[in-house]
Amino acid sequence: MAGTTSSRKEVRFTGFGGQGMVVMGYILGRAATVYDGNNATMTQSYGPEARGGASSTQVIVSPEKIFYPYVIECDILVGMSQEGYEKHRHNIKPDGILLIDEDLVVTAPDEKTKRIYKIPATRFAEELGRKIVANIVMLGFFSAFADFVSEESLRKAVRDSVPKGTIDLNLKAFDKGRAYAEQIREGSALSSQG
Amino acid sequence: MAEDRRVLTGEHFMSGDHACAEGGLAAGCSFFAGYPITPSTEIAERMSERLPEVGGMFIQMEDELGSMNAILGAAWGGWKSMTCTSGPGFSLMMENLGLGIVLETPTVLVNIQRGGPSTGLPTLPGQADMMQARWGSHGDYEIIALAPNSPQEIFDLTVRAFNLAEEFRTPVLVMSDECVGHMTEKVVIPPKDELEITPRRYTKKKPGEYLPFDFGEDEIPEMVTAGDGYRIHITGLTHDRRGYPVINAEAQDWMVRHLINKILKNKHRIIQLEEINLSDAEVVLVSYGISSRVAHRAMDLAREDGIKAGMLRLITVWPFCDEKIRELAERVKAFVTVEMNMGQVALEVERCACGKAGTYLVPHAGGEVHNPDDIYQVIKEAAK
Repeated sequence: MAGTTSSRKEVRFTGFGGQGMVVMGYILGRAATVYDGNNATMTQSYGPEARGGASSTQVIVSPEKIFYPYVIECDILVGMSQEGYEKHRHNIKPDGILLIDEDLVVTAPDEKTKRIYKIPATRFAEELGRKIVANIVMLGFFSAFADFVSEESLRKAVRDSVPKGTIDLNLKAFDKGRAYAEQIREGSALSSQG
Repeated sequence: MAEDRRVLTGEHFMSGDHACAEGGLAAGCSFFAGYPITPSTEIAERMSERLPEVGGMFIQMEDELGSMNAILGAAWGGWKSMTCTSGPGFSLMMENLGLGIVLETPTVLVNIQRGGPSTGLPTLPGQADMMQARWGSHGDYEIIALAPNSPQEIFDLTVRAFNLAEEFRTPVLVMSDECVGHMTEKVVIPPKDELEITPRRYTKKKPGEYLPFDFGEDEIPEMVTAGDGYRIHITGLTHDRRGYPVINAEAQDWMVRHLINKILKNKHRIIQLEEINLSDAEVVLVSYGISSRVAHRAMDLAREDGIKAGMLRLITVWPFCDEKIRELAERVKAFVTVEMNMGQVALEVERCACGKAGTYLVPHAGGEVHNPDDIYQVIKEAAK
């Protein structure tokens, strides 16, 4: 179907308000457009609360012009809250990828997605000293699975998008997530963590 | 030096609201008066940060009535000015929009449409202010309204709105929607010297010779700045070429016909359309703003199924492209209008098609975009 061709990639970041879901989407979009030269469309939905409500950000990345601006079926769903995961888990492509914070999300017994990868993103962030960088840990993890955006571009976009004075911390968080993904991939070859 | 920050040349990943503000700045806007209202607030917020950087002025007003009047006053004071609003704020600006039209004042009003009526859906999209844009202020007049469908285009069309405002000495509307306003995409801002900017058409006449509402063949009067030594009188009352009130049917006929002719005689310079797959189209989608991007997907679905669907995207919605619809009506089977309202622009399509082609509407009350499959079903019906 038009709009779901392989060159078009669809990502959804879902979590609570305050976890930085919109920042993740912004960094991905900025990396894909400004640094990789592709097109990207970011849209977001959130409740009226500043923190604690459901927050979801969608990003479409494509070398082609993007017309329909929303996710049709996710290539990658990133779940950082149980509520967000449950709301969107039925909207993943058959060969799509589910990435979750393993301390915040328990997958459903009937979860059909085969490629599930889990990371203790929030715990890692706490170990780095600031829980608030859990989203960037997750983004580093994400970078290992998202072949439609370059790691270097994501790192540049992280630099541009976080408050000055926190750049080093955020890049450390990114590296932590990335390293964990690579460790998992080596350990379990191509099979899912399950 | 401050002017160096006026045009943020380069590639950005930017929201539609911010791109709108940047378009205003790039076009030379130095004065913004507004009252915050979702989903347009980010335009005002950005302007409040950016205008002081370039020596401009931002005022948060007491309400939308004052906002609209302040930008008219600023224009007569020699500034390029704009405001933005949404929902109920647009209703409140209607009276003084009419004043701007009667005073023939160049300025820009941006509406990031949300669901209505009344307070409606503050955070969710709509396109149901299109007829209000056309007819919302009392009395007879013509209006210019542009409908961007992406952050890049809201930048481009905000620049164009300023240019049209100066070219035709009239308020211009940018009729966007919550989806485009809150969407973030790549926005390329060109170098300053590559931007086409229409300067104010100041008179070359001497004080004593100049009349603020006098005009030639093209119906467009020249401008002065209040305080520059010209005697000017401007009023919301029906007036003559001097701007003095004349309360009779003859003056009314002269003034109203002028306000209408100024736009209609120059339609060809104002109307901008995008034609997609129209050469062999049997079913023509007519759409604008965010709905055009959803309709585009439905068009692709139809094409994959062998239906010859095309699209006429209205970049300028008002004045309406009567001639284009009439021309297409002679050779296509049907029009399908896709808009996030219960049928507004669809009425214009029906009027111009004049029974020569079928006319269908895919209505939506607002709050979210159409389901592309719903549009596709109507295309199938229209193609039968």
